[in-house]
Formats: sequence, structure tokens, C-alpha cells
Amino acid sequence: MNEQGVLAFHQQALAAGRFLIQRCTSCSRYVYYPREICPHCGSAALEWHTPAGTGTVYAVTTVRRKPADGGDLNVSVIDLDEGVRLMSRVSNLAPAQVRIGQRVKARVEVKEGSGIVLFEVQGAAT
Amino acid sequence: MSNELKQLRGSVAISGVATFGCGETPGFTDMEFLARAAHAAVEDAGLQMSDIDGLCTASVTAGMWSLPVIEYLGLNPRYIDGTMVGGSSFIAHLLPAMQALHCGQCDAVLVCYGSAQRSATFGRKEFASVRRLLDPQPYENPYEPTMPVAAYALAASRHMHEFGTTREQLADVAVAARAWARLNPEAFMRDPLTREDVLGSRMVCDPLSVRDCCLVTDGAGACVLVRADRAKDLKRKPVYLLGNATAAWHRQISAMPDFTVTSAAQSGREAYAMAGLAAKDIDVVQLYDAFTINTILFLEDLGFCAKGEGGRFVQDGAIAPGGELPVNTNGGGLSCVHPGMYGIFALIEAVRQLRGDAGERQVKNARTALAHGNGGTLSSQSTALLGTAETL
Repeated sequence: MNEQGVLAFHQQALAAGRFLIQRCTSCSRYVYYPREICPHCGSAALEWHTPAGTGTVYAVTTVRRKPADGGDLNVSVIDLDEGVRLMSRVSNLAPAQVRIGQRVKARVEVKEGSGIVLFEVQGAAT
Repeated sequence: MSNELKQLRGSVAISGVATFGCGETPGFTDMEFLARAAHAAVEDAGLQMSDIDGLCTASVTAGMWSLPVIEYLGLNPRYIDGTMVGGSSFIAHLLPAMQALHCGQCDAVLVCYGSAQRSATFGRKEFASVRRLLDPQPYENPYEPTMPVAAYALAASRHMHEFGTTREQLADVAVAARAWARLNPEAFMRDPLTREDVLGSRMVCDPLSVRDCCLVTDGAGACVLVRADRAKDLKRKPVYLLGNATAAWHRQISAMPDFTVTSAAQSGREAYAMAGLAAKDIDVVQLYDAFTINTILFLEDLGFCAKGEGGRFVQDGAIAPGGELPVNTNGGGLSCVHPGMYGIFALIEAVRQLRGDAGERQVKNARTALAHGNGGTLSSQSTALLGTAETL
């Protein structure tokens, strides 16, 4: 699929503002995080895929931190509608407002040359 | 389950156990802790260090840890297992050691661990930053989860969402562990602890407060394994290994298939099959309680209650002294000892209970015990079943 490892390729795409997952052309299942071989069927025939970006909060915690250390921080696990799961942050709500089951949409935040996938609750007042 | 594996049931016994320095014991290195426990366990078995020709050990920090242990203890082992799957390692070491003993590769295996985690001169903050470099998790670290607690908090959030498990039920796990610890002179925390104390303690990662989290202590533990025929002639009452199995489905919490089901469901099923036992047959249970949610998950996955019922199972003292099922009778990782990795201490407590050596916390007529280890972020699970001579 490309002449470098999938981690570097994925990070370069993120740095350009693009969120990619993979799809296995052998078993048709989606894969995330990016692998060199499909963890479901063992095939090396993975291709990049732009996900819809929509998903649901699967699990949630608030990492309690002192204000001096940046304050409380949401850490969520998101199930994308493609059926893959990733750790992320819901960035448009206070940590205590993030709930399992909320519908969220991905965005890529690019800072200082690297990108990170964050999620926003749809319909939340911002 | 192959017949060969079933034939290993009861073929090996734990003949010596020891702990050293549990709690706060400044002035020792990891290796010095380990050596003290190893020497005491070999002595407990009535053997000499020169009898040891098999070694199982693991370290949180050192990748080649078995080598400095061999050098320091002066061993010349014919069997070496340095498998490192987190805190479950020392339980995961059992089945391969049984195979090595059974086929005559070696005659006496030392399983050992020591850590100065509480008193060490470098801090956990430094260690966390080194680990980010040496053991990268590039799809989780950018979100700054405090590990490992954030992973267990995420799992707890899902259990509460799906099954209505409450913070009060989580707290009751910590309260039960403390009640057992109060009967154990070796336990680090022995002050009274109430449900309200747990609920009112500092929140770390919702829904887990500091009292939902295991201790950070110093400590060391060691066990000596020999073939059953030899164990009969040694000085201590043998505790037989009836079954052991290990399973792992993920490393990072975000890769766990279902946050409410751990691979203990697999390791337990296979260990029970090897031992020919079921949860209803177990007299005393030692579960790796790194966090209060662990005890609930493992009670479910190991068949002591149905999936989703763990919270209701533990509430109001059911696993505390005098309750229906004795769980973590030493006080567990929550109140007794947790020097980075706890698995060997669960195993040692199971042996002490089956020997009848557990003093005030002794479970009467305990003939079977389950010792379960957990590693990483609910990542590796290893279940051991042990029994007295009556269970052979």
C-alpha cells in the first residue's frame, strides 16, 4: 500500500488534517489502529479508507488533574460506525458532561506539524 | 484440552513459599528483596539453593531480568522462563514449569519477584516517561490517559453503564479487602475502612477514587515447585497444582474487544478443565485486585456469578470475612501488598490458606484454591487451581 510503515503514513495524513482507517480487502473488515497485516484474517492486503467520522462514546473517564497540570481531562473510547474502536477525547464538552452513548463526529486538530483525532458531540452547544 | 495436559494435574506441588519486606522497607534494591524471599522460600521447602535448577522471574523495568537473577543467586538453571506479561506473569509461569518438571528438564523451580517500588530512589513519574519511549502506545499516549488507572476506569464506566454497577458496590470490594487485611499482620493498610471512606476519598479517574486503587508498596515473593513424588518427602505440606492456563486478547485498553469481559473467561475455562473443577468447588479465591473493578470482573469471568451480577455479588460483605465466599484473604493488592506486580502474592496466599498457615484469617477446611493473575490493562489473565492432597 505504501513504501513506509503504516504508522508513519497515518501520522503524515493526520498532520495534513486527514483521518484514515484501514479496510482489509480479503475479509472486508475495517481495521484501526493501522496494522501491516489484518488482525482478523492475517492478510497483508489492507487499504486505506476515509471513515465517515461518526461514532458513539463506548467508555468514558475523567482524568483528575490539578489546575496547574492542565485541569481535568476527558479520555473516551469511541466506536466508529465502521466498527472500529479508538481512544480519543470529546473536545466540545466539559469532561463531566461526556456520557456513554453520545453520538460524536471526528475532527483532526493539527498543531505544530502533527495531527490528533478528536471528537465532538453533535448538537452540543459550543 | 489434550489428555497430556490433563495428566499434568497434580503432578507438581508448591513445596516452599516466602514473602519479604511487604509494605514499606527502605534501603533495599529490587534484587535484594528478591534474594531474601528466594532464600526463605527454598529454606521453607527444606532445600538448598544448589538444588534449584529452574528459574521463573520477571521485572517491570529490566528486559533481561532472568540473567542478573541467575548471576546474583549463583544459579545454573536448566530451565529459564522470563516471560513478562505483566502482573500475571508469576501465575503464567506455572504451566510451562510443570511441563519442564514433568519431562525431567529440571527438578526444582524457583518462581521469584522483588520490587522496591515504594522506596525506590527514582519516582513513578520518571518511570512513566521512560516507558513512553521504550514501550510506546502511539494511539493512546497522545490523549494523556494516566495509566494504568485510566484503563480500569474506562472498563468500570462500561460495567456501570451496561449492568447498573454502582460506586458503592466498587467501594464494597475495597471494604472487604480491608476487613481481611485487618486479620493479616503482614498487610500494609490495616486501619478500618468504610464504604463512605472510599466514596469520599480523592477521585483519580472517574469512577475510581484512590481507595479503589491498589497500594504502591515494596515487597518480594517466591515459590518453589517440585514434582509431586518428591514433595511428599519434603518438610512442608505440599500444595498441588491442579490446573493453570493463560490468555491474552489485547495490550491497550482501546483494543479490548468488550470492556466487560476479560480473557479470564478463557484462562478460567481452560484451568478448570485441566483441574476437573468448577467455581462451585473452590473454597478460597485470590484475585488480582489492582482496582476494585477487577474483583467484580474476575468473579464474573471465573464463574462465581453471572456476567453483570458482580456488583450485586460483592455488596454488603459477601466476599469479606464471614461472607459466603472468601476472596483476597490477605487483603489483596488493595490493602496488603502491591509492589508493581502482585500475581505471586495471590499464589502465596492461596498456598498459605491450603497449608492452614493463615492464622486469624484462615478459611476453615480449605482444600481448593483459585489464584488469578492480571497483567497490563486487563490484558493478560492467568488462572491457577490448587489443592491439598485430598483433591488428588
